[in-house]
Amino acid sequence: MESLAPCLLIMLAYIIRRLIQGIAVLLAVSVICFAIFQFMGDPVLTLAGRYATQKQQEEVRKTLGLDKPLYIQYFIFLKNALHGNFGMSYVTHIPVLGLIFERLPASIELAITAMIISLSLGIILGVVSSLNPNSIPSRIVMTGSLFGISLPTFLIGILLIMIFAVALRLLPPFGRGEVIKVAGTWRTGFLTSNGFSHLILPAFTLGMYQLAVILRLTRGGMMEVLREDYIRTAWAKGLSRMIVVFKHALRNALIPVITIAGLQFGELIAFSTVTETIFQWPGAGNLLLTSIYETDHPVIIAYVMITSFIILSLNILVDTLYVFINPKIRYGKHD
Amino acid sequence: MESMIKKILSSRKFHHYIRDPSAVAGSLILIIMLFGAIFAPLIAPQDPYDIKTLSLKDSMSPPIWMKGGKAPFLLGTDDQGRDILSTILYGCRTSFIVGFSAVAIAGIIGVTIGLLSGFYGGILDAITMRLADTLFSFSTTLMAMLFLGIFKGGGIPLIVIAIVITDWVRYARTMRGGVLGVKEEDYVSAAKASGANNLRIALRHILPNAIPPLLVIAAVDFGAVVMLEATLSFLGVGVPINKPSLGMMISLGKNYIYAGKWWLVIFPGGALVAIVLGINLLADWLREEINPKL
Repeated sequence: MESLAPCLLIMLAYIIRRLIQGIAVLLAVSVICFAIFQFMGDPVLTLAGRYATQKQQEEVRKTLGLDKPLYIQYFIFLKNALHGNFGMSYVTHIPVLGLIFERLPASIELAITAMIISLSLGIILGVVSSLNPNSIPSRIVMTGSLFGISLPTFLIGILLIMIFAVALRLLPPFGRGEVIKVAGTWRTGFLTSNGFSHLILPAFTLGMYQLAVILRLTRGGMMEVLREDYIRTAWAKGLSRMIVVFKHALRNALIPVITIAGLQFGELIAFSTVTETIFQWPGAGNLLLTSIYETDHPVIIAYVMITSFIILSLNILVDTLYVFINPKIRYGKHD
Repeated sequence: MESMIKKILSSRKFHHYIRDPSAVAGSLILIIMLFGAIFAPLIAPQDPYDIKTLSLKDSMSPPIWMKGGKAPFLLGTDDQGRDILSTILYGCRTSFIVGFSAVAIAGIIGVTIGLLSGFYGGILDAITMRLADTLFSFSTTLMAMLFLGIFKGGGIPLIVIAIVITDWVRYARTMRGGVLGVKEEDYVSAAKASGANNLRIALRHILPNAIPPLLVIAAVDFGAVVMLEATLSFLGVGVPINKPSLGMMISLGKNYIYAGKWWLVIFPGGALVAIVLGINLLADWLREEINPKL
């Protein structure tokens, strides 16, 4: 107990170091974004229009601050970004941040549902198939998981649409369905049966790959842990099957699973773009792709900055929480 | 040569391999797909990207065994009258070319960086591994998508670059781990004591030990890269429209699933899954053979 205080100090130092690193990375991302904004296409022509006179063009250049030296332009860009001002969309002429924030709830609901599906089903199926690895159900689960990691997300989505929407006509193939407003601005599809039925196919599409990965990791970890001496001791003590499996074995087998799941936010965001496109889900990922097609650089840049921020914060959060789960890890000088 | 083949055939690894049905099935699938891709111009009944051979009269015919199917379109045709089988064969070429080149380039870059940073440590190691962590948390898929979304229309070389930007990290990490694992071993110290220079130690004593786990990573990565190319082309940021790609075929077929033209999606999708499943089966076997814990 007396070692608790220095331990906390070390952790605090670790968190501070991670935060500084995170800020450094965000600055690097902002430099790259700024470079893209500067050198990919002429924003003056895009904003003023092709038929603008020389004088109009000069005016736009001045209002954008493009007549100043590069480093000052960068600081203006950074200052604006910190104030949440990422400029106007070239296409819709609406402030970019609002455009993205309007789409975020749909993306977050989809991502969370997919994660719940992949974590719960992945862990349950992984545990069940590790207990009797040679039984027929286990083999079916393992074969299924092999297909799960061999099918790209977009193909899973299309196949699910073909089966459940086109052939069986059970679920809607696209859109978000009926949404209602809660807490002022958040539109949710969770609370209407129509909205919920629209969520099922995209959530399974997005969660499927993760489900397969988590299943395989859980199964591998469980099979290794179940061979350990302390599990044999637990059996010998006459503890019930549930307690041995879930309390003693699963807790240790889950550590690598949580690490991997924690590292997958980037993947989740990438594949949510794919999923949202297939299901015409009105989320931020869908907006990103539309903006890529339309060369709408302000939207792309704002999207990149916001996702970088989210990914980095979640990574720091997971790494910190990890200390509480895994007693073996001590964040000392060399991590 | 003959004695080498005999040696391989009588080795323990080969014995394990031949008794593992999924490993054999995986390699058979891969060999068939690779054969089809390499000899596509000879096997394919049609050159699907030669406009002269296309006829709109043939468009949207179903597979040959269904009502309305016609020869020589074994697996049917798309909306331009392209033979699906021929397009798949040419599309597999793109998959394999992107897969092999991305894995090779990312592998070489990653192994070099991993070797250097494990061997010399210090600031070099700190910087490269931080960079690696950061790139990795942004995911290969997301980075490739954004990169291609900004630098548009570059074709296969640009796709490979977009993938390699983050993909080298896998190899660098594995290699670095391997170096750190053996750096303090006696045989490395012995080599040092005998006056071998650093390059020689790295290439002769450290690299060979790290190759088996790198092979597993490369196999898994190959499957991932093939899926990624298909995904990028599906989204319209991958190969240009006049180049064959399984992902693009599926993207086109997606518009016709409500019209019941399932063959536009199922056959190219099947080919894609066959390549990835084949390499994943092989990777599973490799992993168990080399190190079950990996």
